[in-house]
Amino acid sequence: MKQDIHEYLAELEDIPGTRVFTAARARRGYWLNQFAMSLMKPENRERWKAGEQAYLEDWPMTADQKEAILARDYNRCLDLGGNVYFLAKVFSTDGLSFAEAVSTMTDMGFPEYRDMMLNGGRSVEGNRSIKANRAANNEGTD
Amino acid sequence: MARLTAGVGSSHVPLLGVAVDQGKTGDDYFGPIFAGYEWTRQWERDTAKPDVVILVYNDHASAFDMKIIPTFAIGCGERYKPADEGWGPRTVPDVEGHPDLAWHIAQSLILDDFDMTIINEMDVDHGLTVPLSMMFGAPAAWPVKVVPLAVNVVTYPVPSGNRCWALGEAIARAVESFPEDLNVQIWGTGGMSHQLQGPRAGLLNREWDNRFLDALVGDSDAARHIPHIEYLRETGSEGIEMVMWLVMRGALGPKTRCLHRHYHIPCSNTAIGHIVLEPAE
Repeated sequence: MKQDIHEYLAELEDIPGTRVFTAARARRGYWLNQFAMSLMKPENRERWKAGEQAYLEDWPMTADQKEAILARDYNRCLDLGGNVYFLAKVFSTDGLSFAEAVSTMTDMGFPEYRDMMLNGGRSVEGNRSIKANRAANNEGTD
Repeated sequence: MARLTAGVGSSHVPLLGVAVDQGKTGDDYFGPIFAGYEWTRQWERDTAKPDVVILVYNDHASAFDMKIIPTFAIGCGERYKPADEGWGPRTVPDVEGHPDLAWHIAQSLILDDFDMTIINEMDVDHGLTVPLSMMFGAPAAWPVKVVPLAVNVVTYPVPSGNRCWALGEAIARAVESFPEDLNVQIWGTGGMSHQLQGPRAGLLNREWDNRFLDALVGDSDAARHIPHIEYLRETGSEGIEMVMWLVMRGALGPKTRCLHRHYHIPCSNTAIGHIVLEPAE
């Protein structure tokens, strides 16, 4: 084995504001993602739009996952094992563009987010590593 | 014998497909993006004229859901329909496969130690149809046959850059042993920097992306050794798609020449990158 799996997975958790779709998240979010996937069929989209709560009753998701989806709280969905390519079926059904849906996960409104993208996007500076940021902050307060 | 004549790298942002399908490719937002593909569209049509494209892409929860997650999968079917990704299928032509070449590559790869998943039926999403639109516009039928090669870049661990590069090398050996005289290109798609999730969404990295484009040209193989964590930190969580460009680069052999290159920020959440390479002596 080229890289130790434990070290590999630990590194993936060291990125600020990011939930890498690891096996652990994939397992946790299995039914959340499979539910989202079901919205690829037009007849399912119709049924979903007619009654979201009732539609969710068919899926063995946790109460938290159901609540997060109904609230369109996508960061919480990510924490509960959702993956953005699956969740995209939900926001596409809502008629949201990728950029608008993605902006809801940031601390900006859509117009502000769109301006940030037009101006070159979010900088990588200060966004690489949770540990490095923590170390830098500690130095600053010493 | 079949010949692998060129490689193309390109982003495959779904919004580009929307721009083509709604006739917005010349407006202020999309104009500069599509202008950078003009050279390639003309070159594909008048000079390169490929018979087949091996199109390396990732499925975005369209053909594959969480039930089955193949790391490397090759499409050996006769044809593929555009997928319904939640807003109805794109109104682009069906994609015609090349089952003879695809099966030849699949068999050769398996003997060459790549344990491929074989797909006979699937729908193809924007990951595959957007690059076709970028290179060929909006024809009544695509001017090439396509061998889809799907890479898992969604559920971790995804394959290493080194493994992707080696897969490209093996694909080149397979193509070169196909007896029919075919002009074959290989395209690596996805990227460049972008992050579609979480509070860090919207990250772009012009400098890193351009270093990556530089690294694809010439005789260096440094890019095959970039670890996943570097893509994730420097280019956003979805920037990992760039490992698929390494399948293309690996297939072109020890040295490449750059015919065309284009970079533009932004398209939706994403940095657009595009490069045309050919094998060099």
